[in-house]
Amino acid sequence: MIEFAMDITLVISLLWLAWLLLAAQDMFKAIILFIIFGLFMALVWARLNAPDVALAEAAIGSGLSGALLLASLRRSGESGAGNEQRAGGLEPGSGITPGSATLNITHRLLTVLIIGLAGTLVWAAWVMPPQHSGLTEQVTARMQRSGVSNPVTAVLLNFRGYDTLLEIGVLLLALICVRSLGALPQFLTLRPPGMVLMAFTRLLVPFMVLVAGYLLWAGAHAPGGAFQGGAVLAAAGVLLLLADIGLLQSCPERLLRALAALGFTVFLLVASMMLQASGQILNYTPARAGAWILLIESAALISIALILVLLFSGGRFEKGRVPAQERDPVQ
Amino acid sequence: MFLIEALGVLLVLAGMPFFLAGTLGLLRFPDVYTRLHALTKADNLGLGLVVLGLALQASSWQAAAKLLLIWVLVLLASATACHIVARSALHRGLKPWNRKEQ
Repeated sequence: MIEFAMDITLVISLLWLAWLLLAAQDMFKAIILFIIFGLFMALVWARLNAPDVALAEAAIGSGLSGALLLASLRRSGESGAGNEQRAGGLEPGSGITPGSATLNITHRLLTVLIIGLAGTLVWAAWVMPPQHSGLTEQVTARMQRSGVSNPVTAVLLNFRGYDTLLEIGVLLLALICVRSLGALPQFLTLRPPGMVLMAFTRLLVPFMVLVAGYLLWAGAHAPGGAFQGGAVLAAAGVLLLLADIGLLQSCPERLLRALAALGFTVFLLVASMMLQASGQILNYTPARAGAWILLIESAALISIALILVLLFSGGRFEKGRVPAQERDPVQ
Repeated sequence: MFLIEALGVLLVLAGMPFFLAGTLGLLRFPDVYTRLHALTKADNLGLGLVVLGLALQASSWQAAAKLLLIWVLVLLASATACHIVARSALHRGLKPWNRKEQ
């Protein structure tokens, strides 16, 4: 009974938050609501017994995406008239006026489409057999040969390893695209970090590195893995950037590029070795599968973390710290 | 055994009013600074009591240590976040609320 009440509360809160966030006029408010929405989503995944997804949702969906959105808002606000003015919703005369006829038709068409989609989903859920287990049986039958004991990792890195290879490729491609856009305006100079944030970062970053390593290791037999660990490591990197501790900025450019490409390269190398040896891509021998998966995941962890932090900071780590006279008197 | 269980429940229950008060303060207090003050009370003392209560009922000392570690990390994070928000508000020129000026 209590669990049912909790689930209902979660579902209603989720829908309500989604509505609030879509209806928010102020961009800043919308982003904060988006972060809260992500945290509720993580709770929902946890309730659905999917701790892997919950971890990823909280770290990437809520934390990193939220930080990315806030950083973009700050940059777009600063390129405009002033710092105080936030890039808020639709300003009068700046976009399409809601009264125009074409927009009305588009709205109606969209409404019909959305209602149709919602109806189809409800119908699909309705006719689904209650005992439908999807591919669970096939996965459990082959767990012995996967080299790991966590089914999620087995699917991601073994049975459907090809998908994950492409995913890491997409991440790398996104970074290359962002970098090709050129330098972005620096956003740290206006408000230098205080001593409290610096001390906090110095305390917390070693912890986060430890947790990332643990998640990577735990991925073989429990919820965790390269994406979850990478997200935690990326959060540590974002903290380092925000606290203006020059660790990442002092990395040589070549090393950064090599590390960002490391995950995809190792994955691709292993895949082509398997192709040579067995004629099938990513067809590990069951005895060695665990070791191959750990190797690929370790390389992927570093690349995922680095790419996420680089995306947050606009593709590059800007060199040049805040000049002393601009440092803030209020500490 | 029963006494420890009861003490655990008592501590969790004792922690709850702090969350209620913190939420009330967040909704009803006049400005950013006073609201932060209310929130950090819930984070620090309320969570501390709840964690202590749960640690008493934990199945192993490892689980209890994990719970206490969570509390320490939240203490650090909430104090830092509170400081950053207050500092940012001060930078934007928000004056602390004053009863005489109202």
